[in-house]
Amino acid sequence: MPEGPLLELRGISKRFPGVLANDDVNFDLRPGEVHALLGENGAGKSTLMNILYGLYTPDEGQILLHGKPIDLGSTKAAIEHGIGMVHQHFMLIPVMTVAENIVLATEPRRAGVLMDYDAARRRVRELSERYGLLVDPDARIDRTSVGQQQRVEILKALYRGAEILILDEPTAVLTPQEAKELFEIIRSLTGQGKSIIFISHKLNEVLEVADRVTTLRRGVVVDTIDAEGATEEGLARMMVGREVLLRVDKKPSQPEGALLQVEHLSVVDDRGLETVRDVSFDVRAGEILGLAGVDANGQSELIDAIAGLRHVSAGRIVVDGRDMTNADAKETLDAGIGHIPEDRHRRGLVLPFSLTENLALHAYRHEPNSRRGLLNPRAMTARARKLLREFDVRGGAPATPAFALSGGNQQKVVLAREIDGDPKVLIAAQPTRGLDVGAIEFVHRRLVEQRDAGRAVFLVSLELEEILSLSDRILVIYEGRIVGEFPPTATEEELGLAMTGGSQGKAA
Amino acid sequence: MTDELSAEEAIEPPPPPDGIPQPQQHFRSRFGGLKGAIAPLLTTILAFFMGGLVVLLTGKNPLRVYKAVWDGTGLNWFVHVGHHSARVPFGTAHMWFPWDTASIAAQNLQQTLLVTTPIILTGLAVAFAFRCGMFNIGGQGQYFAGTIFAVWLGSSFNGMAPWLHVLLCLAVGTVAGAVWAGIAGILKATVGAHEVISTIMLNWIAIWVGSYLFGQGGPLQNSAQKSIPISNDIFDGAKLPVFWGLKLLQGLSIGIFIALAMLIVYWIVINRTTLGFEVRAVGFNPEAARYGGVSVARNYFLAMAISGAFAGLAGAVDITGWEYRIGQNDIQLGGSSGIGFIGLAAALLGRNTTLGVGFASLLFGALINGTSGRQLDPSIFRPDLAGNLTTIIQGLVILFVGLNLGGVWVWLKRRRGA
Repeated sequence: MPEGPLLELRGISKRFPGVLANDDVNFDLRPGEVHALLGENGAGKSTLMNILYGLYTPDEGQILLHGKPIDLGSTKAAIEHGIGMVHQHFMLIPVMTVAENIVLATEPRRAGVLMDYDAARRRVRELSERYGLLVDPDARIDRTSVGQQQRVEILKALYRGAEILILDEPTAVLTPQEAKELFEIIRSLTGQGKSIIFISHKLNEVLEVADRVTTLRRGVVVDTIDAEGATEEGLARMMVGREVLLRVDKKPSQPEGALLQVEHLSVVDDRGLETVRDVSFDVRAGEILGLAGVDANGQSELIDAIAGLRHVSAGRIVVDGRDMTNADAKETLDAGIGHIPEDRHRRGLVLPFSLTENLALHAYRHEPNSRRGLLNPRAMTARARKLLREFDVRGGAPATPAFALSGGNQQKVVLAREIDGDPKVLIAAQPTRGLDVGAIEFVHRRLVEQRDAGRAVFLVSLELEEILSLSDRILVIYEGRIVGEFPPTATEEELGLAMTGGSQGKAA
Repeated sequence: MTDELSAEEAIEPPPPPDGIPQPQQHFRSRFGGLKGAIAPLLTTILAFFMGGLVVLLTGKNPLRVYKAVWDGTGLNWFVHVGHHSARVPFGTAHMWFPWDTASIAAQNLQQTLLVTTPIILTGLAVAFAFRCGMFNIGGQGQYFAGTIFAVWLGSSFNGMAPWLHVLLCLAVGTVAGAVWAGIAGILKATVGAHEVISTIMLNWIAIWVGSYLFGQGGPLQNSAQKSIPISNDIFDGAKLPVFWGLKLLQGLSIGIFIALAMLIVYWIVINRTTLGFEVRAVGFNPEAARYGGVSVARNYFLAMAISGAFAGLAGAVDITGWEYRIGQNDIQLGGSSGIGFIGLAAALLGRNTTLGVGFASLLFGALINGTSGRQLDPSIFRPDLAGNLTTIIQGLVILFVGLNLGGVWVWLKRRRGA
């Protein structure tokens, strides 16, 4: 499009104590385009967009809209200038309906004080039809899916007159199918003249949906290029600053005897519903078994049962020949199960603890870290120093609290702890969630290393790409049942179909 | 760190955090360690400033009032070093100090430290539970549990070997506090009953049981004077030795050293034992602790019992150190504003750290003693108002700690991005 830019950020710099989050950043947005903002965690994407949405004021630089400088002192000012933002974490009120959430703060009124529900519903329906964003205006938010909630967020921005939409990591919470639908919506929006800034660190998405791509690295713009003709490898290099191996390099597996056997396992969740139903499988030494599935199909309960964090209602769990059914977490650890939990903030780390303490979260019980109930801080620190070096954890000394690390380095700490425990079976639940390309490469390489070292690796992930590139065998779980087993040569479509209950795989 | 690692870091500095850290985290990292004293100090200064405004409202001069309170605390005794020649008061040789040990300031200081002793212990009680993520509001009830058993045992067994008698009182008082808090711990660990609710209820049970025991006709009421709702005095063998000042003038017992020793015990248990490690892990993130193989329920119970042990010891030390008896009145007054609650303030202000609890306890102990009717010249400030001043300052401190002034400041800076 040859027109002048709709929006221009010129020479934006933003300093936080000890960090230059944005350094002389230039960015422009043309009318009707999708401009992707790519960068690793901590590259300054969010800071830049928060400046554009009026949440932060820049130290230097100016923002021009239609060629005229504007002052964005608050989100209100941003909204008035037609800038809308959909945050990664939705800001909706769960107990209110879709329509109520959308019109919130600018409700259509009757007689000055009464909310005009009919008008609200009508306007929501109009908007949703115009842009192909199908929602039920009367559904309560807490009864709608995540994908629906995202549409509501987009509608909310449109309702407030947004011409420019900032989407912050919009696919992070979506299933592959929902992501495809989101891309359709984005195309329909740009088709009607809206302009979109698409923040992501997923290369394939950026190439699929964007017209142009700007890459940020450590607060500096690396380059702005057209998406057409760009490759994933090229973008990864711009993002990380070095060559990145996108494919996992691994030899064929040499599986031996089964180290983890799950037999006819059923598990009940907190609400008393049976979420794991008669599940049986083996994980053998020297193989990675992948478990694919849409979120909340029983994966979490299955992992918890194996890790000794949840009681089973039926069936057996055998670790290296020992029956560990309904063992507690400590016994499970001692029996040789390592567990990279799916939520490293909630479970994997004690965030205010130092790295030393986090790395000792299991090992504090054993010599030399403690003796007769007394800790040995020197041994703990020495161990931490060794592990931090081995696992290349950056940005933290042994005494640094875990919250001070970036997500990728936090995950390396979890990985280091679990692998150092010398487990027979390693459960990796969403091991790369929220990580950037460089850290994903690291985690994947380590998992394959563990496989080659003769451990049984059980990989549970919502990312099909991850499952396909790492696994030696793939199981698909749907509504708590294993609905199929696939070889790693299966296509995403085959798996996707089984994940949604569409078809049975070969010989489950 | 090795050279190899630091060289690598020089090439590739750690990526800056996306956006900036959360205010709470930022605050912690900035004010961790010794710098952690800054926020509580500012909090205290602000509380005293606002207390001064209140004094001003009554038409008095705040500076003169604070000077009088300061003199009343006896802390000025430390400043008098070298002004007095050491002498031996009343023939008992306590020559450890180069200061004048018989001055008014010395007597004031003894009183201040007597009050500080149980505040340290109840402060540690609150701090310990807090480290496990629990809010023990029941320090007062646990204190009474310790008191009741110390009085009962102290006024029984006449003729027992003195050191054994006093040790028995302290030990059983400690266990009584532990059991009392342990009830709340068990309830939390098994059925998830919130400790705030259960400890408050246990407070009231302890208060009314005590009222009954020492009230008229109660089983532990004074056997000589049937009309006075007060306990028997404990026997001399059950009294802690007084090492400074006169026993008759309520001199300072070695209870203060017990409290100081407990500060050290607290530090060791929290920082240097596997128990403390588990307690802190549960306190920060019970889910991560459970995943790490720690029994959360067991730690809730243990932490609560240890917490109660500190508070029970406080009660026993008070009885064996200077009170020697307990009256129904003490129990009913203490029920709403007693030492257990002041310990709460000390733990909050001291941020549950060893040094913090120690100094915050001294602050509150000094304030209570300095504003007490006995110490303050009525022409400078009416003592009954002065007592309220203490409560006002105490309340403001808790309010400001709750507000987390440091956090507010960081948040404001963050907004401007300075």
